[in-house]
Amino acid sequence: MIEARGIVKRFGAFTALDGVSVDVPTGSLTALLGPSGSGKSTLLRVIAGLEKPDAGQVLLDGEDVTSTPTQSRGVGFVFQHYAAFKHMTVWDNVAFGLTVRKRPRSEIKRRVNELLDLVQLGGLAKRYPAQLSGGQRQRMGLARALAVDPKVLLLDEPFGALDARVRKELRIWLRRLHDETHTTTVIVTHDQEEAMDVADRVVVMNAGLIEQTAPPRELYDHPANEFVMSFVGPVNRLGDTFIRPHDVELLLEPNGSTQEAMVQRLVHLGFEVRVELVRDDGETLSAQLTREQVEGLELQHGQIVYVRPTRQTVFTD
Amino acid sequence: MTLILAAIAVPANTIFGVLCALAIVRHRYPGAGIVNAVVDLPLALSPVVVGLALLLLYGRGGWLAGHGVVFALPGMVLATIFVSLPFVVREVVPVLREIGTEQEQAAATLGASAVQTFVRVTWPAIRYATAYGIVLTTARALGEFGAVSVVSGRLAGETESLTLLVQDRYQSFDITGAYAAAVLLALLSMATLLLMTRLKPKEGTQ
Repeated sequence: MIEARGIVKRFGAFTALDGVSVDVPTGSLTALLGPSGSGKSTLLRVIAGLEKPDAGQVLLDGEDVTSTPTQSRGVGFVFQHYAAFKHMTVWDNVAFGLTVRKRPRSEIKRRVNELLDLVQLGGLAKRYPAQLSGGQRQRMGLARALAVDPKVLLLDEPFGALDARVRKELRIWLRRLHDETHTTTVIVTHDQEEAMDVADRVVVMNAGLIEQTAPPRELYDHPANEFVMSFVGPVNRLGDTFIRPHDVELLLEPNGSTQEAMVQRLVHLGFEVRVELVRDDGETLSAQLTREQVEGLELQHGQIVYVRPTRQTVFTD
Repeated sequence: MTLILAAIAVPANTIFGVLCALAIVRHRYPGAGIVNAVVDLPLALSPVVVGLALLLLYGRGGWLAGHGVVFALPGMVLATIFVSLPFVVREVVPVLREIGTEQEQAAATLGASAVQTFVRVTWPAIRYATAYGIVLTTARALGEFGAVSVVSGRLAGETESLTLLVQDRYQSFDITGAYAAAVLLALLSMATLLLMTRLKPKEGTQ
C-alpha cells in the first residue's frame, strides 16, 4: 500500500505537485496518466525518494518514509531511458542490488538466473547494455528492479523510448508479469491507451492535481470533467456538449432529431473508418464507423448526411 | 626533486580533482559558479604570479609566515599543485555531465550507499577521463617552471627541480649539463605518457 498525502513539490516558480493525495492498494497496478508537465513523474519520484517533497507525507505499508533515503525504502524503479549500468554485463546489472546487499554468491546466482529467465534474457547474460535492443534493455531494467524484492515497483514512462510495436508487446508482457508476481506497481504514462490497457486503476493528473481516480472503464464511461473526457479518448466538442466519435450515428434521411452535415473526408484505419464531417452550422465533428457501416451507407466525399448523437455528455460546473 | 614534486602533486590533484568535479556537477549550492571559475584560475594566471602570491602569503612578513614553506619543499609542492590543479577537474566534469544522474539514482533505488554508488557506478564511468587528467597533471607538474622558480629559492641540490636545473646550467654556460638535464626531463615526460597509454587499455577491458 502506497499512501501519498498532500504532496507539494515546487521547482523554482513552477509548482509540479500542488497538494496531491493518492492511495495505491497493495497488489494493484495503478497508472498515473497525464500530459507532460502534469506532475505524474514528479509524484513517482517523490514516492521513490528521488525527490524531496516541499510538503506532505509518503507512507509505504503504513510506515512514514518521507525522510527515509531512497536506499532504504525498498522500492524498485524503472527509468524511461533504462539507466543501465553501461560498464556492466546484463548479469551484473541484474545482480547489482543483491551484490551491494552482500548476499551469498549462491543466492545471487540462483535469483539472477531466475529473473533473467522471467524477462527472457537468459541467453544474453554476458552481453553489455549497448549490445541490446531498447526492449531488451528495458526488460533488463525491470529484472534489475525486481531482484531486490521491492515492496513496490515504480515505472517511469518505461516504454516511452520504444517504438509502437515493442511498446504494445511489452505492456501485455508487463500485465502478465504483474498477474504472476502481484507486486504493487505504479506506472507513469502519457499514453491513455497504455494506461487503460495495463492498469486496474488510472489516476488522471493535470497541472499538479488529480482530476480523477477510477478503473479504466469507469474513467471512459463516466469521466469526472472535461479534461478527463478529452484526455482518455477522442471527443467532439459542440458547445457545452461532448460526444465520442463512436457515439455519432449517420443516417441518409433526416428524422427530426438529426442535423445536416457534409462528409469532408473518409479516413480508412483498417477495420474502422473515421468520417470527418462539417455541420450546416459550420461546426466540424468526426464519427467513427465500421467498414461495413460505411459500405452500407455508400458514403462518398462531399455527400450530405444526417447526424444524431446516440450518447452525449454535458458537464455542469 | 622533480619526482618528489610530481609524486605528491599528482595524487593530491587526482583526489581533489575528482571531488571538485563531483562538487561542481552533482551539487547545487550558492557559489557553485565561483568554484567552477576558481578551478580555471591557474590556467589563466601566469605561474610567476602564483609563485609571487605564495611568497606574499608565506614569505617574510606574509600572513602565514614562518612555517618553513617558502624556499623549501612544501612551497614547491603547493606551487605545483596549484598550477596543475585544473586538468583532472576539466577532464572529469564533462564526462560527469554526460553520464547524468540516472545511473546513480538507479543504484540508490537498488539499495547502494553513496560510497557503493561511487565505487561501482560513477568511478568506472569517469576513470578514463581521470586517467587522462592524470597524464596532463603529471606533464604539467614535471614541466612547471615559473611558480616553482619563484618559491624554491633555488638552493642547488636542495630545492632545485629539473626545469630549474636546466635553466641554471644553461645560464652558467654549462651547455652539456643543461642538455643532460633537459634530456632526462624529456625522458621522464615520455615515460609518463607511455606508462599511461599502457595503463589505459588495462582499465578499459570491456
